[in-house]
Amino acid sequence: MATTTVRSSGVSARGLVKPAFRRPQKRLPYPFGLYQSAVGKKWVMGVTGLMLMGFVLVHMIGNLHMYEGPAKFNEYAEALRTLGGHFIPREWALWGLRAGLLGAVALHIHSAVTLTRINRAARPTRYQASRRYRVANTSSRSMRLTGLVVILYVLFHLADLTWGRIFPDTYIYGDVYNNVVQSLSNVPVAIIYIVANVALAVHLRHGAWSLFQSLGWNNPKFNAARRTFANGFAAIILIGNLSFPIMTLAGVVSQDERTAPCHLLDGEPTDICLGDEAKAQFDPTAVAKEGAKK
Amino acid sequence: MSGSGHGQTMRITLKVWRQDNPSDKGGFQVVDVPGVSPEMSFLEMLDVVNGRLTESGDRPIVFDHDCREGICGSCGVIINGVAHGPERGTATCQLHMRKFSDGDTIAVEPWRAAAFPVIRDLAVDRSAFDRIVEAGGYISAPTGSAIDANMIPIPKPVADASMDAAQCIGCGACVAACPNSAAQLFTSAKLAHLNLMPQGQPERWARTEAMVETMEQFFGSCTNHGECQDACPKEISVDFIAMMNRDYVKSKRKNRQLLSQSI
Repeated sequence: MATTTVRSSGVSARGLVKPAFRRPQKRLPYPFGLYQSAVGKKWVMGVTGLMLMGFVLVHMIGNLHMYEGPAKFNEYAEALRTLGGHFIPREWALWGLRAGLLGAVALHIHSAVTLTRINRAARPTRYQASRRYRVANTSSRSMRLTGLVVILYVLFHLADLTWGRIFPDTYIYGDVYNNVVQSLSNVPVAIIYIVANVALAVHLRHGAWSLFQSLGWNNPKFNAARRTFANGFAAIILIGNLSFPIMTLAGVVSQDERTAPCHLLDGEPTDICLGDEAKAQFDPTAVAKEGAKK
Repeated sequence: MSGSGHGQTMRITLKVWRQDNPSDKGGFQVVDVPGVSPEMSFLEMLDVVNGRLTESGDRPIVFDHDCREGICGSCGVIINGVAHGPERGTATCQLHMRKFSDGDTIAVEPWRAAAFPVIRDLAVDRSAFDRIVEAGGYISAPTGSAIDANMIPIPKPVADASMDAAQCIGCGACVAACPNSAAQLFTSAKLAHLNLMPQGQPERWARTEAMVETMEQFFGSCTNHGECQDACPKEISVDFIAMMNRDYVKSKRKNRQLLSQSI
């Protein structure tokens, strides 16, 4: 009777070929052990990539509120902080989402770095004559570069519009519209935004297709649609995100649209550019305190 | 060779990788090759070059070959930066010199991967593939009288998909073409041709886990460029890689359930 046990990965190295990568000494319990394999790491990269795609899409759609003018845009920003209404304390829901995003970003980068190390070691001697790629495109070949550009840009973007470190003199906590216009009407900053968002779209063009493969979502019925989806998704994000700096530079989004400034000249916060709902919940002392911390 | 009566011959410059042994540094040798018939296969051209090298007292170029009809998976070199050369869906042995032009310089180089060390010149050791197959690329069946071929009904699409995967000849072009030296296309094909079939089901999850993890000891990881599918002489689809990824993640759960008999 033949044995039905498939040999586990106890590899005996014979001849010239020795395993380049050892199995981890300590196997983590399910499901964490998945992350110890390259296929599992790619799975995690796909799942976190999907989460980040969700964020990028919602972020872009949310920012379209800026075309509705300062009141609506600031009201939207305030709505994010008061997500969960009266059931969840102010900003807690937002921080919950941010924690998820930070985790996803950390895993996305960690898997990329560790897999890159494996891939480099898998070909110690490079091709000596020129190598010709036939189907790998700019997008798939530049994932590491575009990923790096995007993460550096995200840090810049946070420093600019969340921490108010780039234009500290004109940054006003809570007056998102003012901050965006101040930042994007500056030509070098707008160029940074444009370049970074092109990099993001290039990254998405491969990533949004690649994740289907990594997660094993494959079916002849929808396989052709996966490319269309990835290209369409990248295009939507590109058009939406590029519109913000371009429209600001073009003067469509500008401070002139305001009926009154959100802050009076002496620095006292006012509710004047908030919408009705946000106006009802507006607490000038809290805003002033937050503003003082910056 | 000249019996065709065409009389039209080509002159090419061969820039071929020469390396005495695995630890030798190696380098390109430039060989002037006049009198190449366009009807020759690439390997026949190498045979002619080797004949001339031998006559002049030089060591002939070592390269792997066997059936020369594209079904054994022995041959395979990088030709002008492309695995198996410019012709799609063919192995090196079925590439013909008519695909090149008179006066061309052709660069020939062995597969490059940590798992495929160069033995000599263009011949590499592909036994890492054997390690992957040993880990689970088979089914366990009791011997005895052969059962009737149609005893186990198999849906036509399943049989077709399994046959598509089973076309893999293990030449290693997928690894050579991959920017990461990943063996995903090979391993996924070997997995799929068994995992799709009813006969492959009892060992499916153990097979998947063992073969993937053995593969990962030797090769890089997949970044979904699709170069492997393009280089494959049997045009095996990257769809099988997606299937392998799905099965591997599932195997972790399934094998755990099997251990506790809670399936």
